Amino acid sequence: MSPTLQALLTFLQTWWVELLCAVLIVAAVPLVAGYVVLVERKLMADMQARLGPMRVGPHGLLQPIADAVKLLIKEDIIPENADKLVFWLAPVISMTAALTSMGAIAFGPWFQVARDINVGILFVAGVSSLGLFGIVLGGWASNNHYSIIGAIRSTAQLVSYETAAGLALVSGLLLSGTLNMRSIVDAQFKDQAWFLFLTPVAFFTYLVASIAETNRAPFDLPEAESELVAGYMTEYSGFRWALYFLGEYANMIVVASVATTLFLGGWLRPFPNVKWLAWIDAFPSLFLVAIGVYCVLRAGKQPALVQSIFMWGVALLCFGLGLSFALAAPLSFAPLKFMTAGLYGAFWFLLKVGGYIYLFMWLRFTLPRFRFDQLMRLGWHILIPLALVNVIALGVSLILQSEFGWNRWLAILFTLICTLGVALLLLRWNDRHAEAASLTLPPEEVRVEDSYAG
Amino acid sequence: MLDSVIFYFFAGVAILSAGLMVTRRNAIHSAIFLITTLLATAGIFLQLHAEFLFIAQIILYVGGIMVLFIFVIMLVRLDVLVSRIQFRLQKWVAVFVALAVTLEAGVVVVLARRMPGQGLLIRATAGTERLEPNTEKLATGLFTGYLLPFEIASVLLLVAMVGAVVLAKKRNDA
Repeated sequence: MSPTLQALLTFLQTWWVELLCAVLIVAAVPLVAGYVVLVERKLMADMQARLGPMRVGPHGLLQPIADAVKLLIKEDIIPENADKLVFWLAPVISMTAALTSMGAIAFGPWFQVARDINVGILFVAGVSSLGLFGIVLGGWASNNHYSIIGAIRSTAQLVSYETAAGLALVSGLLLSGTLNMRSIVDAQFKDQAWFLFLTPVAFFTYLVASIAETNRAPFDLPEAESELVAGYMTEYSGFRWALYFLGEYANMIVVASVATTLFLGGWLRPFPNVKWLAWIDAFPSLFLVAIGVYCVLRAGKQPALVQSIFMWGVALLCFGLGLSFALAAPLSFAPLKFMTAGLYGAFWFLLKVGGYIYLFMWLRFTLPRFRFDQLMRLGWHILIPLALVNVIALGVSLILQSEFGWNRWLAILFTLICTLGVALLLLRWNDRHAEAASLTLPPEEVRVEDSYAG
Repeated sequence: MLDSVIFYFFAGVAILSAGLMVTRRNAIHSAIFLITTLLATAGIFLQLHAEFLFIAQIILYVGGIMVLFIFVIMLVRLDVLVSRIQFRLQKWVAVFVALAVTLEAGVVVVLARRMPGQGLLIRATAGTERLEPNTEKLATGLFTGYLLPFEIASVLLLVAMVGAVVLAKKRNDA
């Protein structure tokens, strides 16, 4: 055997799990992002009492694939006066940043590409924020007023809300005491509580800031259709546009994963420390089997043969997955033990991520878009002070626990009262400020359009 | 072997894009190459197992400062400014500073050769096995050994921030 081959084999033997995870992420994320779009459209339709996409596949289940094919064969237009290189580069940056930051996310006890990176959560937050360059450069390179206004809005928004998100992360990190993704989850296992319950204000702050960071409604000012056509994406078409879209949805998955890891207990099942609740472990397989049964019931009612075959396929997939979940635990012997843990961990992790994204969508369909000054005021006058006070109060409560022997929940209550008191003060001050600002504004000029005058 | 390949890759990218950054006419292109330089430097930090420096470089310089740079470049018309006298003078100042820095670097290199065991000493590379958490070590250093400089730096930054706010604030009474 040649030495090169030998070296390659050793390399593969050492790194095969990481390589497998990386390939899985890169392969699966575009598909998942496409289906998140479908879920979003379906949910929106449901909340507006419509049916949503129904034509392609049963209940529109093949819609994402049709969309992808359409975007691939669409004409790729580059504006005459655009900066060609930057125009070409920008969507790639957006997508790459989102995919790279996924490398440090622990989807399960072992499902993580960069496992020994000690600054995991900073890596995810920092690298995913580089996606902003894609938006800014794309907006600039298009050489279009709408695009550049979208890019400038996006920059201002991200710089403002990144601070709030960072401070919210600091609150969570104070509790975990580590930046490593897996150690954060372990800390929540040891503390016997998700950090959501220990520092709810930080979770709330992160929720709002992460919606703003992913440029989603009610914070979607960079691409506000009614004002800016499509903001920074105005000049993009075909697959470049799809790359932006994929980047945005991958970014959603990234922020949801960060929130899940830090505040929602990562891959841990609910009540991981309680022994008599171990039957919760049966939930994944039951859940999948239930979906499978539903598909079988619906299969007979499909209008076309292809559709019912498709439904049977989905049902079989669900049954297979459910069976593997059910059999993995009792059948697993030593080398497969970690596979089982990974399977269950990934299920719970993805379920929580799904819940978080559902919250995103729900907010999108519920709230109207902010005005830009409202957005700035919310970020700088309310969220950042709130997060800052939360960090300080949490630090004080941690000292109270360790030095003065306070009960944990008492200390948490103290933090909450401090933070909420400050929040109320801020809101009142902000209201008064807004009132004063509106009083000093010059009265709006009333212009009467009189076409017949003179 | 792999270590030096990674190092030379990042170093090459850093130097190449630094050169391109200085020579580009378009300010946005310069900014993009500056970003590449900073990212490549971050890569070198990572290769040296300085994880915290790596991510601090990315978050602060690339994700923070460069975003503001680009923001300003997009808002300001640079072609108007270039013709101003104060900016034309800048070229000569820059040449002078560059020469001074080159001279200083040369002196350091020469002196380091002359004094054995001092100056540019290349230590044995860190092992690839797990090291002590980098962030914790940095934090311990900052908050024990270097507490006073750290606090002074923080106060300076705060003063700069307050100064910027005062300068930027619109005066209604004027």
